[in-house]
Amino acid sequence: MTDQTDQVDQTADTADYPDVDPLTLDANAVAGILHEVFGSEMTGASSRCGHCGNRAALGTLRVYDRDGPGIVMRCSTCTEIVIRLMRRPDGSYLVDARGAAYIRF
Amino acid sequence: MALNWQVATVTALRDETPRVKTLTMFVPGWNAHRPGQHVDIRLTAEDGYQAQRSYSIASAPTDQPLVDLTVERVEGGEVSPFLHDEVIVGDRFEVRGPIGGYFVWDGAAADPLLLVAGGSGVVPLMAIVRHRAQVGSGAPCTLLYSSRTPVDIIYAEELDRLAARGGGLRVIHTLTREQPLGWTGYRRRIDMSMLGEVLAQTGTMAMAFVCGPTPLVEVAATSLVGLGLAPSQVRTERFGPTGA
Repeated sequence: MTDQTDQVDQTADTADYPDVDPLTLDANAVAGILHEVFGSEMTGASSRCGHCGNRAALGTLRVYDRDGPGIVMRCSTCTEIVIRLMRRPDGSYLVDARGAAYIRF
Repeated sequence: MALNWQVATVTALRDETPRVKTLTMFVPGWNAHRPGQHVDIRLTAEDGYQAQRSYSIASAPTDQPLVDLTVERVEGGEVSPFLHDEVIVGDRFEVRGPIGGYFVWDGAAADPLLLVAGGSGVVPLMAIVRHRAQVGSGAPCTLLYSSRTPVDIIYAEELDRLAARGGGLRVIHTLTREQPLGWTGYRRRIDMSMLGEVLAQTGTMAMAFVCGPTPLVEVAATSLVGLGLAPSQVRTERFGPTGA
């Protein structure tokens, strides 16, 4: 893990992989926030995707954390949204986890 | 267990490459980390403005309460140039951690390990390599490590030393932009055929940890599954567009 929001000249590198969204992260990148929200380590917690039924650790989710207030976490198998997390201005969080059939922790 | 902010004091600084520096922090009461975990750092300016970033832990758990973070300087970044140019020994900032429970390797498993790194993606994998050496793990370990040029190889001497020790660690470098005279190793980005050659030597029973820029991780993880590893055997840490 490194300084994720910092970006360098990667035009040449990313152009070699046209199908890859270079800003995609793993759930590990938001492990600290997940811990804050759920009160325990969550990337090792097992979950089941509510869309395709894939069972995997939350750490396998793909994370899209851009400039906005929200973090979107997608299933690594079917790419549907599993969890949406929004930081509110007062410091609280809004969690929409309807894309998960369950999360065990 | 709650994740609390703690005060870390910088006790040492070391240049690893022209763009990469290691900060050693002393964190009183620090819980020993698991190799592969990271910390969040929070910097607060005098006007109250805060910036937060995550950095992988490079050191082995036995070094606690000293924790090494290896940080790549990213031009135009908010935090890494500060850590590179401004921080001196004795400075303090806030950290919380250790964080993460998925991209970790505890040293108990004897399964062969395959570590695939791009650029500073080697940092959490180095914690695994160091831990593996310290606990005398019998798990055979291969590190495939992509760097741009010879001077960009982080931990080059230590990796050479550990590999030469004969403890079952192999280090395979690929240099994508510039190679020294007489270089006989790989000279291209990590791809499926390269991973196929490496796997032919380690066997497909390996547990794989892949860390680096997102495009590299994407290619490596997809290739490893294509080469026969189960998705559950491949753990990834994509860190975005920063290049290797």
